[in-house]
Amino acid sequence: MVEAIAFYVFGGLSVLTALLVIFQRDPVRSAIYLVACFIQVAALFVLLRSPFLAAVQVFVYVGAVVVLFLFVIMVLELKKERFSEYIHRGQRPWALFIIPALIGEVGYLAVKGKSKASLGPYSEEFLVKQGSTESLGKVLFTKYIFPFEVVSLLLLVALMGAIILTMKRGKE
Amino acid sequence: MITLYHYLVLSCILFAIGVAGVLLRRNILIVLMSLELVFNSVNISLAAFSHFLQSMAGKVFVVFTITVAAAEVAVGLAILVVIFRQKKTVYVEDLSEMRH
Repeated sequence: MVEAIAFYVFGGLSVLTALLVIFQRDPVRSAIYLVACFIQVAALFVLLRSPFLAAVQVFVYVGAVVVLFLFVIMVLELKKERFSEYIHRGQRPWALFIIPALIGEVGYLAVKGKSKASLGPYSEEFLVKQGSTESLGKVLFTKYIFPFEVVSLLLLVALMGAIILTMKRGKE
Repeated sequence: MITLYHYLVLSCILFAIGVAGVLLRRNILIVLMSLELVFNSVNISLAAFSHFLQSMAGKVFVVFTITVAAAEVAVGLAILVVIFRQKKTVYVEDLSEMRH
C-alpha cells in the first residue's frame, strides 16, 4: 500500500517535471526541472530495490550531465526565446501523429503482453541476504566484464572527442 | 499492488514526452535534454524488468546505459559549442547544410 502511494507520487511527479522540461522557454529552467525529474527516477529505482542505481543516477545525471548542460548554457549566452518561436512548426504534424501512435502501441503491448520468461535466482530474500549492490557488483565484474571494459573505453573516447572538438585551432 | 505493467506504462509515457521534446523543440539544448528523458524512461523499464523477473542483467544494463548517456551528452554538447561558435545559432532548422 505504501509502495503503491510512493509509486504514484514519484511517477506522477516525474511525468509532470518531464512535461515542464519540454514546455519551458528558458533553458536554465528546463535544466532545473530536468534535475527534479532525475531525482524522481532515482526514487523509482529505490522502489525497484536497487539503491546503487539510484546513487549512480543522482551522481551521473544530476552531478555531471545537468551541470554540463548549465555550463554550456552559461558559455553560449542564450537569449530567452519568444513564445511563438520555441516550437518547431514544420514537425508538429509529425509529432501529433507519432506520439499517440507510440503511446497506443507501447501501452497496448505493456497491458496485453504476457511475460513468459522464467524467474531468475535473484529473489527478494536473496537480495536481502546478499545485498543488492554486492550481487550487482559480482555480476558486473564476472559475467559482464567485457561489456564493462568496452563501455569504459567508449567513455574515454567520448572524453577525448569532446576535448578535441572544442579545442580552438587554426593558429598554425 | 504495483506490478511490472505499471512501470512499463510509466516508462512509455516518459518515452513519449521525450520524443515529443525531440520533435517539437527548436533549441538543440532542449532536444538533448529530451534525449536524456528518453534514456531515463528506458532505464526505468530495464530496472523494472530486472526487479520483477528477479534477474540481474537489467540492472547491469542500466549501468551501461547511464555511461553511454553521459558519453553521448559530452560529445553532443561539444558539437553544439562548435556549431554555436561558427554559426551563432542553436536552432535546429538553421543547421541544414548537410541536407543539400
